[in-house]
Amino acid sequence: MMKMLSQSPARNVFISAGLFFLLLAFSVPAAGTEQDPEPKRQRELIHLLVQDCGSCHGLTLKGGLGPALLPQDLEGKDNEYLSEVILEGVPGTPMPPWNVEITENEVRWLVRRMKEGEINDR
Amino acid sequence: MTVKYLIRTFVFAALLLASSGSLADMRGSGDLGVIIERASGSIQIIETTNRTKLFSVEGLGDLSHASVVFSRDQRFAFVFGRDGGLTKVDILTGKIVKRVVQGGNAIGGAISQDGKLVAVSNYEPGGVRVFNSQTLEMVADIPAEYDGGLLSKTVGLVDAPGNKFIFSLYDAGQTWIADFSASNTPVITKFTDIGLLPYDGLITPDARYYIAGLFGEDGMAMLDLWHPEKGIKRILDGYGRGEEPLPVYKMPHLEGWAAAGGNIFLPAIGRYEVLVVSASSWKEVARIPVHGQPVFAMARPDGRQVWVNFAHPKNDVLQVIDVDTMSIIKTFKPGRAILHMEFTPRGEQIWVSVRDRNVVEVYDTTTLEKITELPVDTPSGIFLSARASRMGL
Repeated sequence: MMKMLSQSPARNVFISAGLFFLLLAFSVPAAGTEQDPEPKRQRELIHLLVQDCGSCHGLTLKGGLGPALLPQDLEGKDNEYLSEVILEGVPGTPMPPWNVEITENEVRWLVRRMKEGEINDR
Repeated sequence: MTVKYLIRTFVFAALLLASSGSLADMRGSGDLGVIIERASGSIQIIETTNRTKLFSVEGLGDLSHASVVFSRDQRFAFVFGRDGGLTKVDILTGKIVKRVVQGGNAIGGAISQDGKLVAVSNYEPGGVRVFNSQTLEMVADIPAEYDGGLLSKTVGLVDAPGNKFIFSLYDAGQTWIADFSASNTPVITKFTDIGLLPYDGLITPDARYYIAGLFGEDGMAMLDLWHPEKGIKRILDGYGRGEEPLPVYKMPHLEGWAAAGGNIFLPAIGRYEVLVVSASSWKEVARIPVHGQPVFAMARPDGRQVWVNFAHPKNDVLQVIDVDTMSIIKTFKPGRAILHMEFTPRGEQIWVSVRDRNVVEVYDTTTLEKITELPVDTPSGIFLSARASRMGL
């Protein structure tokens, strides 16, 4: 097989071109959302959101000592602002900074996901 | 005639067998308990003598934050769910007797000294609602009003002698006593300016002192129930010594089990320390460095050990403090998310929820060895029926 390919330069070009477009095809959607965490990390972040943010905001995010974080509560709030609150915390309140374990890229994804709602850790 | 006689004898024998069978099945409930299955809205009813599961009870709503009190005869568990659900469960049969959804967002509850009233502490609507423990019909509604109409989330609800309930107002910085001794229309006594953001409260095992933890301040608020006229006294003032507090990824819980050797063991806020305060002078006696932000500091019933669990992200560790030497004698690593512990009534075992491993572990508190573990789905709170006879629990 390899031998046959190397005997045909024209086919080589075809295959190279094919590979190029294949790579392009994969890289295009990745470019649009290049900061989305890997699926495994996404699951970890959802687990963190439900279980640990849930300690104060409720496991269903409908609020506890901390405010509710359901889509209707977050509606109209700026994503950058929400990201900063999560990463830096709110001094003078119990909200701690989460930047020790969540990156900027991850928090942007998390905020988008929270605004979508229907979050399930199972 | 002979046939009739035979049948009669047979029926009599069968009845005898059946009744002796049910007698053999009868049991007490003093060694029973309830384990909350956080994610599935169910509970397991367990017994601590042979360490087995007896019943699984489903349909209790959102138990993401749940607590339990027991009827004075230790037969019924009142389960308080996050969604405001109040469910009365017969722990001998594993059946739900009655269930009401009394609020939108609840945090916990208490049962009165005479066992006739069950109170629920609500975030939404902010306040305390009180129910007849037989019927779960509401007998009193106490909105936590402050600043001319605002409603505060209520925390740290406990029962106290004289058929009283005590609780604190998170948003308002107040502690209220609701006295039900005369009638179901409570007499309310309010203590204002107790400090910023009380997040939980406990009553000492002798039911004399109520202590509210303050998130917003470097200290705690204490009320002597023998002398309520003296008002709130600040204790452990400045225990953080002005240092910048560490971030708190889960609020500590205060429970009336943390008294040992004449001292009270309290989780510090924003410090990796357990604070030891004298229960007579209310001065700091010691502070014990621990693994992380403590969540529960619970004393073994004999007061010789205090077991401590921790907030995220250090919640995979459990530590044991020897009260005699005030030092850590054991550090366990049972798995991620150790959410709660409960001693058996005389303290020979401790049951520990390890959420992310879906098990409850049981330790021998003398040898500090693990005895067994039981599979439980996302376990959180563990509540044994002996709580029925303790004030504040």
